[in-house]
Amino acid sequence: LQESESENKLDGETASDSESKSDFGGSSPVPTSDDTPEVLNRALSNLSSRWKNWWVRGILTLAMITFFFIIIYLGPMVLMTIVMCVQIKCFHEIITIGYNVYHSYDLPWFRTLSWYFLLCVNYFFYGETVTDYFFTLVQREEPLRILSKYHRFISFALYLTGFCMFVLSLVKKHYRLQFYMFGWTHVTLLIVVTQSHLIIHNLFEGMIWFIVPISCVICNDIMAYMFGFFFGRTPLIKLSPKKTWEGFIGGFFSTVLFGLLLSYVMSGYRCFTCPVEFNNDTNSFTVDCEPSELFQLQEYNIPVLLQSVLGWKTVRMYPFQIHSIALSTFASLIGPFGGFFASGFKRAFKIKDFANTIPGHGGIMDRFDCQYLMATFVNVYIASFIRGPNPSKLIQQFLTLRPDQQLHIFNTLKAHLVDRGVLGSLEDA
Amino acid sequence: EVDLEERLHELDLRSDSDIPDVPPPTDSTPEILKRALSGLSARWKNWWIRGILSLAMISGFFLIIYLGSFMLMLLVLSIQVKCYHEIITIGYRVYHSYDLPWFRSLSWYFLLCVNYFFYGETVADYFATFVQRREQLQFLIRYHRFISFALYLTGFCMFVLSLVKKHYRLQFYMFAWTHVTLLITVTQSHLVIQNLFEGMIWFLVPISSVICNDITAYIFGFFFGRTPLIKLSPKKTWEGFIGGFFSTVIFGFIFSYFLAQHQYFVCPVEYNSETNRFVTECEPSELFQMKKYSVPPLLQPVLGWETVNMYPFQMHSFALSTFASLIGPFGGFFASGFKRAFKIKDFADTIPGHGGIMDRFDCQYLMATFVHVYITSFIRGPNPSKLLKQLLILQPEQQLSVYKTLKSHLVEKGILQPSLRG
Repeated sequence: LQESESENKLDGETASDSESKSDFGGSSPVPTSDDTPEVLNRALSNLSSRWKNWWVRGILTLAMITFFFIIIYLGPMVLMTIVMCVQIKCFHEIITIGYNVYHSYDLPWFRTLSWYFLLCVNYFFYGETVTDYFFTLVQREEPLRILSKYHRFISFALYLTGFCMFVLSLVKKHYRLQFYMFGWTHVTLLIVVTQSHLIIHNLFEGMIWFIVPISCVICNDIMAYMFGFFFGRTPLIKLSPKKTWEGFIGGFFSTVLFGLLLSYVMSGYRCFTCPVEFNNDTNSFTVDCEPSELFQLQEYNIPVLLQSVLGWKTVRMYPFQIHSIALSTFASLIGPFGGFFASGFKRAFKIKDFANTIPGHGGIMDRFDCQYLMATFVNVYIASFIRGPNPSKLIQQFLTLRPDQQLHIFNTLKAHLVDRGVLGSLEDA
Repeated sequence: EVDLEERLHELDLRSDSDIPDVPPPTDSTPEILKRALSGLSARWKNWWIRGILSLAMISGFFLIIYLGSFMLMLLVLSIQVKCYHEIITIGYRVYHSYDLPWFRSLSWYFLLCVNYFFYGETVADYFATFVQRREQLQFLIRYHRFISFALYLTGFCMFVLSLVKKHYRLQFYMFAWTHVTLLITVTQSHLVIQNLFEGMIWFLVPISSVICNDITAYIFGFFFGRTPLIKLSPKKTWEGFIGGFFSTVIFGFIFSYFLAQHQYFVCPVEYNSETNRFVTECEPSELFQMKKYSVPPLLQPVLGWETVNMYPFQMHSFALSTFASLIGPFGGFFASGFKRAFKIKDFADTIPGHGGIMDRFDCQYLMATFVHVYITSFIRGPNPSKLLKQLLILQPEQQLSVYKTLKSHLVEKGILQPSLRG
């Protein structure tokens, strides 16, 4: 903390940087309040401050991981709710920082408008998700059907209302502040909300697509820290002086190995590999299916180079494990850029942590900064390499077409199926 | 005068001290106009310049419409790039960012990435037959999202690596500024193009309604204006607002009536792979076929008719004109607020008497999104060729199950006779 302060004082600063000093009325950021629980404080009272910090972080890490396992056990619905809560908390943290930077607490419209925009964007995204996955449920209930048919229009109208309220709320003295907050809100929405919805899409594809990426990022965090702690020598990037090349590379290899092992264990269970579906009869989520090809053991030939090392000629693996290598690689090599982005952001706005929610770790946003890039990557990866479009969504779109268009598509599809031999030319379904 | 007032009020906000003084707008009026109008007073001179340039822009617009859809697409693309450039330049000026050379490159790079993403999606949908023939394009289309994401990530990583200790805050501001600008200009220019592909009438009527509203609100304000409308734009008046509303609705009705008769405007733009050109030929949809409507009893004595022959599209034009007159101006107020916030008179000096391209297009943006949402919600369903393309990518078992579902649906609705085979 002290180091970064003196660094900033020595460098020449532009006008905008100097303004931020006066923002905090005294140039040093507010020291983080120590909200470690009393229990821990007493237990660790004898250790030196460095080890105490290490233990606090360690215990909280274990607590978070345990919590993660519990939620997984509780099922998709609880997971969705947790993702939603994390998203709201992250949004709140970033907006609060914006308020602190711009002294915007005296613009009462802004808190309302920010939350309103959050509500609008969430309504839009959840509406699209609900329409896709709960299709039959939606079709049964008349009000839901109308809401889903005109969903985009309703969302747009809601957003426009917010936009017009913003324009009407422009106050002469504060135009610039208001535009800044408007921009800040929108960028935050873009980062936080869109990606939390991509996480939920990944989740619906199969819990394994949710758990493996998140675990890889966490593993990379922890392993890079360990390798850096024991072997760290060469600094990695000026933005985060604590990161080292040794940690980075060690973390990469450990994460790939971890990903392979975790995927192997998880691919054996249907509850992780099956897409989450909503069962209309029982009105609950089910994860029951015939495992796809990805999750069936196959023989792979080991490349000649590795044969001597491992001593086997072939190995039985799940195809998903090959994909897990791609996921782990991304988590170790590109994921950290999300972390550097957040570090740069914290330095730019002279804050140590996003908030003080988790003792020893900072805010929720601090834990999730690397996850965001990961979520988008997994979603794009799935859409590009794994699955095609969602058949039920296609059927739903088909039903809204005109009869002549429907007939044209039906005939083209039929010709295509006959061509491929999937359908006999004299079929009788 | 307004600037001075604001300065006095805003001295308490230190952040404004880094805004540079606005340079006086350079007079880019062409010489011939200046000589022709040298005799008039400054006020009338300004009026004439604005008038002549308005006519010039409208003529240019008609010329491009005549040249066809492809030229229109190019025009929209150029306008988008120019608007983006104008807004980014303002950001640079506000943040003294010219000495961060990475930023110009990164901003243009992000513009390229986002355009690549959107155009790739459009091309895949509308040029399906063209794409099917070429192997390399097929690869690009199939992995399009992944490639776009990889390109964007490269830009993101370059941004992170370019963070310089002294300038973190500036760099984050410019990053955010770039992204918000992309959100505004690029996404909406693509919505304009999607509207265009639906049929030129969906492009022409909204844009003309906004322009008509601008002009008629100005004229009504000029002659009858008394009550100010909003503090943000002191020149706007309620009389202009309401007069503009009614004139725009009537204009929309009449203009739609004329356009709806020509296939050139009414048909969806399609790409003909044999002739390698865009064609607009089709059986006009129901929207563009005359129907008899009963005039509501209230209006019967006024108009003297009991029924009237109208195109259904004219009903939709009513919704479009209403939006253009009532909500469109909020886009203009937003831009006015933006200009006041950053103490600029105009976005740029591109058009004499009018300011920059962005100044002309500020109201259009909300309109483009509205028309797109309107079309997808009320007019057309999903794009059949896109749907077909997605169906063909599915796994064979999925295709079979979809086929069976579709068949049972079509038989149920009587569209397909169960006894027919093949």
